[in-house]
Amino acid sequence: MTADTWNSVVDVLSGVALALGALLSLGAAVGMVRFPDLMSRMHAASKPQVLGLFLVLVALGLQMRSWVVWPVLLLAWLFQLLTVPISAHMVSRAGYRTKHRHPELLSEDDLAAVVSQAAGERNGNEPHKEG
Amino acid sequence: MINPVFVTVAVVALGLASAAAIYRIAKGPSLLDRVLASDVLLSIVVTALCIDMAVHRHLNNLVLVISLTVVGFIGSVTVARFVQDRREEPRDDS
Repeated sequence: MTADTWNSVVDVLSGVALALGALLSLGAAVGMVRFPDLMSRMHAASKPQVLGLFLVLVALGLQMRSWVVWPVLLLAWLFQLLTVPISAHMVSRAGYRTKHRHPELLSEDDLAAVVSQAAGERNGNEPHKEG
Repeated sequence: MINPVFVTVAVVALGLASAAAIYRIAKGPSLLDRVLASDVLLSIVVTALCIDMAVHRHLNNLVLVISLTVVGFIGSVTVARFVQDRREEPRDDS
């Protein structure tokens, strides 16, 4: 394989990764518009945050043609992997407790017992602000 | 050089995606829908910054991308806490 063909192969690979990453963003936005409630929209919104960012960072690393940038790109992706579950957890928790859910669509609701027990403790004893 | 077809596809997809996310921010029935849509808009911005770096082969935006991945979650966590404080009010919109 000559250097020219190798170059063009890397270019095509990074172009495909770039377009796929952008299309994942489009898919998430279509899901935001089309899906009916908060939980299903959260399912759609998580696609570009992890896989979309991964594909676009791979495209960037391939285009730079140097190994030095790969640890930095990996760092960006790892930070995203660490922080996305936190915000998803907080949003879904707040969404559950503000009744953004359809119990008739669930086959099992494991959180209902915990939430009702916490509410009972809060109402039964002296009121305390939840930390 | 990346084939311009790929870049065009990516840019058009990102434009449509940001329009749809902004539509959901404006329309979204609840506060959490708007927060979620703004998270999607943030990831679209990060994707656009990376595409700009890949096409023009520079690394000027890399620090911004890393900062956004680190602190991008703080806004939605804050708003989620804020929503949680008023959860005893009865709500019927879903």
